[in-house]
Amino acid sequence: MAQVKERYVGQSVKRKEDAELITGQGRYTEDISIPGMLWMSVVRSPFANARIRSVDLSKARVMDGVVAAFSGKDLAGDWAAPMLMAWPVTEDIKNPPHWPLTQDIARYQGDGVAVVVAESRAAAADAAEAVEVDYEPLDPAVDMEAAIADGAPLVHEDIGTNKSYTWTLTNGDPDKVFADAPVVVKERYVIQRQIPNAIEPRAVLVQPSPAQGEFTMWSATQIPHIVRVAMTITTGIPESKLRIIAPKVGGGFGSKLQVYPEEALCLALAKRLGRAVKWVETRSENYLATHHGRDQIQEIEFAADEDGKIRGYRCRILTNMGAYLMIITPGTPLLGAFLYCGPYGGEAYHVEFTGVFTNTTPTDAYRGAGRPEATYAVERTMDALARRVGKDPVEIRRINFIPPFTEPTPSPGGLTLDSGNYAATLDRALELAGYEDLRKEQRARREQGTVKQIGIGFSTYLEMCGLAPSRVLSALRYAAGGWDAATVRLLPTGKVVVIVGTTPHGQSHVTTFAQIVADDLGVPVDDVEVLYGDTQLAPLGMDTYGSRSLAVGGVAVHRAAQKVVAKVRKIAAHELEVAEEDLEYEGGRFAVKGAPDRAKTVGELGFSAWTAHNLPDGLEPGVEETAVYDAQNFVFPYGAHICAVEVDTETGKVDVLKYVAVDDVGTIINPQVVDGQVVGGVVQGIAEALYEQAVYDENGQLLTSSMTNYEIPAAPDVPEIAVGRSETPSTTNELGVKGVGETGTIASPPAVVNAVIDALSPLGVTDIGRPMSPERVWRTIRDAKEGGAR
Amino acid sequence: MIPAAFEYERAESVDQAVQLLGEHEDAKLLAGGHSLLPLMRLRLARPSLLVDIDRLSDLEYVREAGDTIEIGALARMSDLATDQTLWKHCPLLAHVCGEVGDPQVRHRATIGGSVAHGDPASDPPTALLTLDAVLVVRGPSGERTVPAKSFFTSVFETDLGPQDVLTAVRVPKLASGTGWSYQKFHRRAIDWAIVGVAAVVERDDGHLKRAAVGLTNMGSTPLRASGVESALAGAEAAPQALAAAAEHAPEGTAPVSDTNASAEYRTELSKILVRRALEEALAR
Repeated sequence: MAQVKERYVGQSVKRKEDAELITGQGRYTEDISIPGMLWMSVVRSPFANARIRSVDLSKARVMDGVVAAFSGKDLAGDWAAPMLMAWPVTEDIKNPPHWPLTQDIARYQGDGVAVVVAESRAAAADAAEAVEVDYEPLDPAVDMEAAIADGAPLVHEDIGTNKSYTWTLTNGDPDKVFADAPVVVKERYVIQRQIPNAIEPRAVLVQPSPAQGEFTMWSATQIPHIVRVAMTITTGIPESKLRIIAPKVGGGFGSKLQVYPEEALCLALAKRLGRAVKWVETRSENYLATHHGRDQIQEIEFAADEDGKIRGYRCRILTNMGAYLMIITPGTPLLGAFLYCGPYGGEAYHVEFTGVFTNTTPTDAYRGAGRPEATYAVERTMDALARRVGKDPVEIRRINFIPPFTEPTPSPGGLTLDSGNYAATLDRALELAGYEDLRKEQRARREQGTVKQIGIGFSTYLEMCGLAPSRVLSALRYAAGGWDAATVRLLPTGKVVVIVGTTPHGQSHVTTFAQIVADDLGVPVDDVEVLYGDTQLAPLGMDTYGSRSLAVGGVAVHRAAQKVVAKVRKIAAHELEVAEEDLEYEGGRFAVKGAPDRAKTVGELGFSAWTAHNLPDGLEPGVEETAVYDAQNFVFPYGAHICAVEVDTETGKVDVLKYVAVDDVGTIINPQVVDGQVVGGVVQGIAEALYEQAVYDENGQLLTSSMTNYEIPAAPDVPEIAVGRSETPSTTNELGVKGVGETGTIASPPAVVNAVIDALSPLGVTDIGRPMSPERVWRTIRDAKEGGAR
Repeated sequence: MIPAAFEYERAESVDQAVQLLGEHEDAKLLAGGHSLLPLMRLRLARPSLLVDIDRLSDLEYVREAGDTIEIGALARMSDLATDQTLWKHCPLLAHVCGEVGDPQVRHRATIGGSVAHGDPASDPPTALLTLDAVLVVRGPSGERTVPAKSFFTSVFETDLGPQDVLTAVRVPKLASGTGWSYQKFHRRAIDWAIVGVAAVVERDDGHLKRAAVGLTNMGSTPLRASGVESALAGAEAAPQALAAAAEHAPEGTAPVSDTNASAEYRTELSKILVRRALEEALAR
């Protein structure tokens, strides 16, 4: 076994995943086929709200290649329970049943009403078209504010309201603070709905073993372990008979942190028919039937001193649930509930969230999940406060930052923060951006009155991630735990296998976890294989979402490796005939103190453990150790983002000139992977600020139903992003790591919007909606020039 | 994203393509496929037969013919965007072909397909209209030529009959010193134009001798901005005159409203972009 002296943690080790992916050898769910398998196609409602009078499957059933067809009512007996909703945020939350196929009323455009199963994908698609559904269209509730007005059409008649829940959090005495404060700024923001677009659409394949009553499901999911539990609840198939595999998964961004009706349907149909059943989502279906993200209306207030020092925060949020509550639909906005104060101090805090049903695609987690919304509200309001008290946006942030700390520190939102030096990231970002030069250029262009004006925007954010302490999750009424698990197995030949309960879909687990283990065991990084994504292989796991894989799963990996070291230390002491405490361990080598030549490597000891010829009394042969880690706190990444834009004041087109991101994500395992996450996240956030919006018409028809008119920017449309790293180790875990998967989308939208407002501020512009399409910017400019600026 | 069932034939010649089109109702020609196949996958187009002419490589050429450049209908956008003959004699068209879609699209998409598809949001038809191009069509009764100005009849509709095959595009060479510009306004590089403006100007001693201005996505077909053109006739080649002429851009247009832009915004954009196109054309 090779010995290595270098440390891998902190180095940009080349991604072990890439060779397979860039040569097209990665096997995704769609690439997996089973002889004799059938294809499923789902018949979806074209209406946002419609009673299903009848479903006529007769024409479909007799078509060539068609094996079976079922309506929602036909399959009603196949379900042990509705689809699982795992986050009932309040005791009295309204959670109407969500069946895999609706049986009575279609509640959004795309709601499944029937399925057909055929010998080929094309035959299934043709047969789905031949299903005749007699709909009685009903008035839909589409707009969120209209949906909670008196007399609005009800998405679920039987619950008598479109309000699902109201959740509040209060710290300190906000009413008094707001009554006493000399300055109160109040803002209203609309966070538009977005549609996640993973490169790989969803896909499911279920293979039954009828004689054993066993089922194997391949699914393009972020959460195979949670899918297994949820499928048992919905189908009644025992968990012990279900194996869920997430093979290569081509992106998720939260949209695959979900348990979908199609997974339950493929399982139920495979059980009924005794044959493998496959379904692959089309891109058009992705727009309608994969959950959407964001969609809030926020009213936020800051109470402050005359010099702009903030005393209190208050926010009321309407948050769109869509037609049903899916796995964590109601809880998603609450992931931001503690962050409506950013990285700033203050003495009082109040937030109120109301979840609203509408006849639209259900919403759920989308990269950042609740935290981009909170950050947007706070960072926009910081600029409003700066304007009110006559301060620069940099200065207003500086005077409000919580001062640097390395020990746990409370926040106005009620969190106990792990570590932070907020001003330091802002200083570094200003330096990287060349702030003074940008302001100089801005002044010059303003004086010249050029068509293209420059604006500079800031976002200094704080986020919480690494879900996280199971006890805290319980207090928040989240149904699952927040722990994760890893197993480290030392093979007889000195190679190492690591099995993890987190499930990558682009995050580089295979490389970064190998770096951690290679350092712990003193082996080459290429000698460490990381396996994942299979409930049979990795029985313990809580999967990948909310930037938790490293902050929770990575700590479990490290602890399992430490257990391996502890076990082989016993063998080393036995073989070297010294006490364990007389051994020094470094770089995978145990040496006798004072006699460095008398030594054993981890690899040699692994072989000894395998032969078991000479083990200490009572020690079991083999080396395989599992650790399950349940954090005591979240982790809290933070940073400063600066965006410089150029606005064409004639056409309204916005170009991002420069973007600087300085993020502190704690200890960095692999800088290149961190930079990739930051850049990808920032691009997604720029898209949120400038491009993407799901638009429904008043009938609940999705107008932005394809990539043609749902604007996702591509490489030529986004600027180069300058990344500056900062490393303040977290106090939550011994690796000092935080999370980086979502910081970019959390931080960037307000930086871009603040920049555009800054560019247009000479016209008196103080607000603009998102996304800032050219037409919206043009209208804002025109209205401002006509004196109508808000 | 799964098309409805269809038949497929590969034509070995234009004449065979014409014949196959006549044998089936709802037959469609397939060339680069970048307009037709997406519509089929969405089941918005359901041809009974696809007649594949994509491999008729003798329709893939650019050649000089006296005062004109003739381009075979199957010439690819990517080839036209880099064609030296085209850049020399008709740079506007070469530039516009490089503005279509993305590199992957341009390697497949053909000039003939772009024209025959009749999409008013597409850039090359506007360039051809502005350049007074002539389209060569082969049908059951032989070959005919159609001027671009009478070729485009409505959204996705052209002068082509059900059995017609567009075989070539003829574009007059521009006189040396002619200025040109194409202003494509879109949100993303890959997008169709929200509004596009093509301009060709010939100068004569500080005045405009001739100006041709075309509009993309300002109506059901590509349009000539005739109000602008007449305002520019003999006008001084100076900023104020150009700006005044550009105000005529919306005359005779009927832009649509969609999720990208309202008709009102398109109308305003057309004025700004015409002015910018004229300014750039004169500066070249």
